[in-house]
Amino acid sequence: MTPMYQGRPSRLFRNLNAKIASIPMILTALVIFVGGTAWTVFYSFTNSKLLPRASFVGLEQYERLWATPRWLTAVENIAIYGVCTLVFSLVIGFLLAALMDQKIRFENTFRTIFLYPFALSFIVTGLAWQWILNPNFGIQQVVRNLGWTSFTFDPLYDADIVIYGILIAGLWQGTGLIMCLMLAGLRGIDADIWKAARVDGIPTWKTYVFIVIPMMRPVLVTTLVIIASGIVKVYDLVVAQTSGGPGIASEVPAKYVYNYMFLAQNLGQGFAASTMMLLSVVIVVVPWAYLEFGGKRRHG
Amino acid sequence: MVEQVFRAVPDMAAVAPAASSAGGLVGPSGPRPRRTFSRRNIFIYGTLFVVAIYYLLPLYVMVVTSLKGMPEIRFGNIFSPPVEITFEPWVKAWSTACTGLNCDGLSRGFWNSVRITVPSVFLSIAIASVNGYALANWRFKGAEVFFTVLVVGAFIPYQVMLYPIVIVLREIGLYGSLWGLVLVHTIFGMPILTLLFRNYFASLPEELFKAARVDGAGFWTIYLRIMLPMSLPIFVVAIILQVTGIWNDFLFGVVYTKPDTYPMTVQLNNIVNAVQGVKEYNVNMAATLLTGLVPLVIYFVSGKLFVRGIAAGAVKG
Repeated sequence: MTPMYQGRPSRLFRNLNAKIASIPMILTALVIFVGGTAWTVFYSFTNSKLLPRASFVGLEQYERLWATPRWLTAVENIAIYGVCTLVFSLVIGFLLAALMDQKIRFENTFRTIFLYPFALSFIVTGLAWQWILNPNFGIQQVVRNLGWTSFTFDPLYDADIVIYGILIAGLWQGTGLIMCLMLAGLRGIDADIWKAARVDGIPTWKTYVFIVIPMMRPVLVTTLVIIASGIVKVYDLVVAQTSGGPGIASEVPAKYVYNYMFLAQNLGQGFAASTMMLLSVVIVVVPWAYLEFGGKRRHG
Repeated sequence: MVEQVFRAVPDMAAVAPAASSAGGLVGPSGPRPRRTFSRRNIFIYGTLFVVAIYYLLPLYVMVVTSLKGMPEIRFGNIFSPPVEITFEPWVKAWSTACTGLNCDGLSRGFWNSVRITVPSVFLSIAIASVNGYALANWRFKGAEVFFTVLVVGAFIPYQVMLYPIVIVLREIGLYGSLWGLVLVHTIFGMPILTLLFRNYFASLPEELFKAARVDGAGFWTIYLRIMLPMSLPIFVVAIILQVTGIWNDFLFGVVYTKPDTYPMTVQLNNIVNAVQGVKEYNVNMAATLLTGLVPLVIYFVSGKLFVRGIAAGAVKG
């Protein structure tokens, strides 16, 4: 579209269509992402209850937050879940990928099987595992029926280990993707590297540990970011599998935020908790972004 | 990071005949004949087989449970196949299962999800593709800044933005309606989709664009007549990504809709985790499978394109 008037076109109207096309992006970026985040952080310093009110109480919400057992449980749970997810999905994902990379037959079949849980929602995943881990009908009862009557395996009803019951479901859902990413990384390694290692008589496992894995750094970094950003968001899985129970034993930060914002009508607490979530992401993402994009600007 | 995934994934989809074979130590030349039942093969296939069973088990258990009657579930073994196959749980889950006082089954949630997913997918892809095209071919000053904010914003936990969006939706009168949720999905689909389309359009040969410009084609003409027909694969990837992502969403559904307009995942959770009433595990499993059916069908039909879609979408989460 050309400007409607004669003479020198104003800078604002140059390339007007592209600017119009970018309006949704600009609005989303500024209003929702920047504006929304700033708004939430701002109101986390107020004592908003049912409605947001700009009456400041300083850090009181945060003090209260860190004195609440429910929040402490949530933080402890997400720490356990996060560390275990990180370690297990990396290890299992890599081992599976290494096995898949041995020129095996039926590779597509195996990949289809390992990856299909990722297509399912966390709600479906959580409900499926809630049923399998059901103490009266699931694995525990099956083993008991076999004759081992004192066998106990009811993670979803044991406050001490409930988070591991959720971990089992989470790993089931997510490791397929990690395997796929790792496999892509392994396939990206030059075949000459393997030949050279073999000529030098280096054992296979040493080639993996000292040559291949260091060469896979970009893929590993990607995978780490994907896993980490998934951990912070854990919410639906817990809701479906345990609803945070038994008691508050499987509470996670995302659920705490939802409960305080939309059920307990204590907005200030919800804002403070979500700001803490944001802070934890910033602590992880900023150093990574700095290392990754610090010196050289790759894109925008 | 999304770029890295994208660079890597096509390699994965292609069979790599030259790639590593980490087995034997030396070989004179050519492939070494290998016995089918070498210890190495037994280990590899054995491990993969066991892991495959672990992955398939929940699906199997869901299917057999949904086909049993309640007495059989009470006294039987969850792993055993049904003695007497019944489709009643499926019928009940679809048409008469109760959430609260409503007893019209999951069908309501299903149609809500359809009514949410179709416009969300269409709207988000339309906006993001035009936007990605503008970013790739019609750069203007400041565009990259907004784009960076958008992509960085994808890492902000949704919880931080939940309440401000409630206020925005309430102001424009969409809070609690299906269209409000459509808007939310469009907003949160934007970072990953815009990135996807921007990178794809930037990878198309620039000569095409320039030739069209010389011939006098404008912004929309080039988009509709040249870019769109050339980028069908990336549109398919985007559609797969969005349909599964939006269908599987729970958080936005529960926050931004009302019981009448709950999407399928939210309704499913309410049915299965209902506190009152006798638990009908077969109906629950049938309902769970029904909800998982749409993404599963997409997964099995689309194959490799799905892998590309979710690899891109994993960052969005």
